[in-house]
Amino acid sequence: MIEAYGLTKRYGAKTAVYNLSFQVRPGAVTGFLGPNGSGKSTTMRMILGLDEPTSGQVTVGGYNFRNLPNAPRQVGALLDAKAVHSGRNARNHLLSLAQLSGIPARRVDEVLGVVGLQEVGSKRSKGFSLGMGQRLGIAAALLGDPQVLLFDEPVNGLDPEGILWVRNLMKRLASEGRTVFVSSHLMSEMAQTADHLIVIGRGQMMADTSVDNFIAQNSVGFARVRTPDGEPEQREKLGAALAAAGGQVQPEEDGALRVTGVPLPQISDLAHGADVRLWELSPHQASLEEAYMRMTQGAVDYRSTADQRTGLQTPAGPPAGYGAPGGAPPYGAPGGAGYPPQQPQPQGQPQPQQYAPPQGWQAPPAQAAAPTTTAAPTPEDHR
Amino acid sequence: MAHTTRVLQSEWTKVRSVRSTLWTLFAAFIVTVGLSALICAFTNSGYDDFSAEEKATFDPTFISFAGMTLGQLAMIAFGVLVVANEYSTGMIRSSLSAVPQRGTFMACKLLVATALVLVVGMLTSFITFFVGQALLGDLGTSLGEPGVTRAVIGGGLYMTLITLFAMGVSFVLRSPLLAFGILMPFFFLISNILGSVSATRNVGHYLPDQAGSMIMSVVEGGMEGGDRPYGPWGGLLIMVGWVIAALIAGYLVLKKRDA
Repeated sequence: MIEAYGLTKRYGAKTAVYNLSFQVRPGAVTGFLGPNGSGKSTTMRMILGLDEPTSGQVTVGGYNFRNLPNAPRQVGALLDAKAVHSGRNARNHLLSLAQLSGIPARRVDEVLGVVGLQEVGSKRSKGFSLGMGQRLGIAAALLGDPQVLLFDEPVNGLDPEGILWVRNLMKRLASEGRTVFVSSHLMSEMAQTADHLIVIGRGQMMADTSVDNFIAQNSVGFARVRTPDGEPEQREKLGAALAAAGGQVQPEEDGALRVTGVPLPQISDLAHGADVRLWELSPHQASLEEAYMRMTQGAVDYRSTADQRTGLQTPAGPPAGYGAPGGAPPYGAPGGAGYPPQQPQPQGQPQPQQYAPPQGWQAPPAQAAAPTTTAAPTPEDHR
Repeated sequence: MAHTTRVLQSEWTKVRSVRSTLWTLFAAFIVTVGLSALICAFTNSGYDDFSAEEKATFDPTFISFAGMTLGQLAMIAFGVLVVANEYSTGMIRSSLSAVPQRGTFMACKLLVATALVLVVGMLTSFITFFVGQALLGDLGTSLGEPGVTRAVIGGGLYMTLITLFAMGVSFVLRSPLLAFGILMPFFFLISNILGSVSATRNVGHYLPDQAGSMIMSVVEGGMEGGDRPYGPWGGLLIMVGWVIAALIAGYLVLKKRDA
């Protein structure tokens, strides 16, 4: 059991983690999700007593980690797969950790077998691949047969077979009644591994819920409806009719409408009743990844901007205006770097530069339909 | 107590299982003995050309430790690597999550490294002395002469203390690059320059290596400038002061800063 109360960590002016309170219970895999730089690793280091919280506290089994009796037999952690002296062989690396914890040396060969590294135990870790490094880190975490396990991004660099193996290992460890806390930035991975989810963004709690609950809440189906391009009044009319019928209507990037709360046949009936022609009416399922991104969208620290390639242009290119569907001016036009301009920007986030699409280069429509840009969140969309 | 034994065991495994740390100890031995032997041999053949003053203050014991000015750099490298590699590799996080008592961790690391360096340092000191005396021939001295045994044992202590100083500084700087970048030029150049220029000599005398190496001199005035305000043991004590200061600073940094 890991318990955090009001956990806060500041590095100078930057707040890495702010007021996190959560519990990680035994017998389940708890996924710890968040974008890069959202404070996952900092939180894990605070759990392990490596970083001192600025305020608040976190305990493992009721103890502050630094006061935990025989800590390495209680808690095993994989923080950084590269945290190995490259000139030391795998067996000696594990042996030095085992001796620290008073674990018999034969346990080293056991865990090397568990992670499948027995063949390379006497090789210096200099030549290890990232995947082998992850396995060595997992072996180190398992050394003390601990009741509480922390894994920071354990599947990074693993091949599909390795990912499956980690997934099963986590589940098995949890089924043995252990507390398993796994961080990741991949929602899809966590949906398959974890029982419970803790989602943070910019160091703040965004969700603390079971995976089943998260799926039920977030993977709602929706319908995509498209009215003829160039006739915005048709779309207005349909939007009004749908809203009157109790549906939620959101504009898509390409001028289509995303409709929830109204079944497909009824949408067709409403369109017919309003005398609106439809170019598209299709059922869709929002993925968990999408729901997760929508949740953390305002909390991403490192966001890419579109590659403008100014100065790399050759005059010859697709004709200007290519790919811009006409007649959708009121809604987010494609090519706007994927930023819904109406989205409230979180504090400290530099306002992205709105730019006129340079001549000769136009984002193709496919880019506008990329997952980050599908949802144009209105304020009530933030849960 | 059982806990401390385990940490000691672990530190011993860490030291012996990495080639670079062992190579630096070997280098300290070879460089010290080899260079001292060379200088002793040249001194023996060129002694007749020495001035009367040089002959009067000739210190056969001290000259057989001449290689230590370079050999100590390898010892410093050992101290830096043992400590700072924990930080550069990230191993420190595994170590400290296993031993949350940071004082115990530091003490055990220092103890293992110091024990190893003490053995290698004493071995180096005695061998370089005997080799040097053999090459000095008639000019040589022996352990039976007054102060000579003190100087030879002192040579081993000097190497141990300089390594401890490097370890303390590395706990403060937490990066091998930074520690090397500061310690190497300091002991190789700055300390020597300060000690040679007359204006700064009085300050230079109190630097750890300048003060500490006094323990290896037997003939008064044997070292350039016999006007030192302290004796052999006083000099070593000054060096011990430096070492303690470095270790305390290292401990405070380890205790306070996030790993």
